[in-house]
Amino acid sequence: MSAMESHAAPYVEAQQAQARELPGAGVAALDRSRSEALEILGERGLPSQRDEDWKYTSIKPITRSRFSPAVSGVDCSEDFIAGSAIENLDAWQLVFADGFHLPHRSKTNGLPEGVQVAGLAEALTRDPGPIVDRLGSAVGKMPHGFAAMNSAFVGDGALVEVAPGVQLEKPIELLFVSGCSGEGFLSLPRNLVILGEGSQCSIIERHISFGAERSLSNSLTEIILDKNATLNYCCAQDQAERTFHVGGLFARLAHSAKLKATTVTVGKAWVRNDARVDLDAEGAHANLDGAYLAFGRCHVDNHTHISHNAPECTSRECYKGVLGDRGHAVFHGRIVVQPNAQKTDSEQSNQNLLLSADAQIDTKPQLEIYADDVKCAHGATVGQMDEAALFYLVSRGVDRETARRMLTQAFAAEILETVTPLALQSYLASHVSGRLSPAVPPGAAA
Amino acid sequence: MLKISDLKVTVDGKAILNGLSLDVGPGEVHAIMGPNGSGKSTLANVIAGRDGYEVTSGSVSFMGNDLLSMAPEDRAREGVFLAFQYPVEIPGVANIALLKEGLNAARRHRGEPELDALDFLKLVREKLKLVEMKEEFLSRSVNEGFSGGEKKRNEIFQMAVLEPSLAVLDETDSGLDIDALKTVAGGVNALRSEDRSIILVTHYQRLLDYIVPDKVHVLAQGKIVRSGDKRLALDLEERGYGWIDTAADAATA
Repeated sequence: MSAMESHAAPYVEAQQAQARELPGAGVAALDRSRSEALEILGERGLPSQRDEDWKYTSIKPITRSRFSPAVSGVDCSEDFIAGSAIENLDAWQLVFADGFHLPHRSKTNGLPEGVQVAGLAEALTRDPGPIVDRLGSAVGKMPHGFAAMNSAFVGDGALVEVAPGVQLEKPIELLFVSGCSGEGFLSLPRNLVILGEGSQCSIIERHISFGAERSLSNSLTEIILDKNATLNYCCAQDQAERTFHVGGLFARLAHSAKLKATTVTVGKAWVRNDARVDLDAEGAHANLDGAYLAFGRCHVDNHTHISHNAPECTSRECYKGVLGDRGHAVFHGRIVVQPNAQKTDSEQSNQNLLLSADAQIDTKPQLEIYADDVKCAHGATVGQMDEAALFYLVSRGVDRETARRMLTQAFAAEILETVTPLALQSYLASHVSGRLSPAVPPGAAA
Repeated sequence: MLKISDLKVTVDGKAILNGLSLDVGPGEVHAIMGPNGSGKSTLANVIAGRDGYEVTSGSVSFMGNDLLSMAPEDRAREGVFLAFQYPVEIPGVANIALLKEGLNAARRHRGEPELDALDFLKLVREKLKLVEMKEEFLSRSVNEGFSGGEKKRNEIFQMAVLEPSLAVLDETDSGLDIDALKTVAGGVNALRSEDRSIILVTHYQRLLDYIVPDKVHVLAQGKIVRSGDKRLALDLEERGYGWIDTAADAATA
């Protein structure tokens, strides 16, 4: 048995031990997809740096010790949830502790007819039929062992389904709190978002840590947008230092569907994100954006893949990162234009601001074009603080530290300013600003 | 107000200022004129404290304090203001945010309470009128996408808000059409007062038709080779800068 497989083995065993108790167990299609995923996990194991897609991200910090899958029944206090709320946000909310839906902490009253916002486990137990077919349909080919692990355990998470033509006037927040079970637990939330023809909604997926417990959050969100559906989606990652987060975002867009997905990583966690968007029919449009901070010894990896599978689709992608201390970030943006995807219009950029000599960015924009009538542009930049701008601010009396913070925030603002609702934008901006403020040295007077 | 004595400055080892002396009294407006490469902008930047200029000898005293030992932000808080020849575009930082931070930093420095949002807004609205700028300028990113004229007006607007004791205007007239020049000059004139000194660094005499200086100095090869009143500027306009270099050479010889 190779080292790779041995890392996956405990998770394979854990799944086998609880397979029969997973929600919807016994539903043939579900049993089958779980065991297929399990097989992939067993065969491929967890990724290593020998895999091209994991070249710059070592999972050693994760495999150093074993994580046990969290079990349902875990809770998270009302006080904690209230204390970490987004100020002035008026939203429907589902709360999850280590991946398990907490109905008593969630707020879904007043949802319009035709809208389902529920725990996935509950839905799989109650009426698995309509869900099972679509689970996994946006993921397609399993990208790596973590996605396979999530799919093998698929159980709880969020189910959001909006009926054709329905427009939600308030956003839906999915709040994931990891580390609630204590030290060394694994959470495996699986979210399924289905928007019917012409429907519209905003979803916030927020990940935070309960405390300083070491935890692994392996989260996967599938988004399926029918014709003319519009989804405004933001994934806010604000976890603590000893949290490890592997996030998946897989979206399929039908004719003229529109997706704006922004992933903002402002915490101190080790983070790997995989985003894949399939533009499956004419007129589909995706805005795939991200902002990330990597300070201290943080590691943040964003792998994105936009596939133009049909003619006349457009995509815009912009990821911006600010790195300091010994922070390490990775960006790999792949745009694939399939042979029939004529009149594709695609732009991608990755910009990085390095605030220290020890910070490191590995960036790789990648275009693969198999059609001949397309408009595609991509580029990556890595730069330092603009000294001319810094002097300009300082010459107006602004102290150097504040000036640096203003410029750094301004750099990230290009992404943050596109985030709605405004309450979320303010929340993210203040968290970014908090991370950029110099830490008060130990023993300094308050 | 400002006393510069025998100032020598090098940039990348190259001598730019070669023993410049200048005395600017309170409320005075001095024009520094000179051909390209004479050291005008270097002088402006050394006063503001920009990096990359090495002072090899001489002194600069501002209101009795050693200006050269002060950090640029402290110079600003003490009342030194530089209107940039090329104002920097700073996407993502709103004009109003910069001014609020700068003004309140100066107020804290002086031991005064910070202005609250309302009083601050009242102040900047009033100052906007001086340079005929619309209120939307406040929320726009600093100089981003501004026309040449708007950038220069923005410099004067910032000066109006920060109310410096010494303002150095580095080629504020360059790139302005006649209407913009009049607006900018009008703003500067409105800011003239007996406790505010102004140094106009310019290549052309034209600006001095609108901002009439108390004294005119001609800078060549890094030192002041001629000083006089506003008539000196008219002389230069007629005769060009050619004769200055000869004069400078003679002075060095």
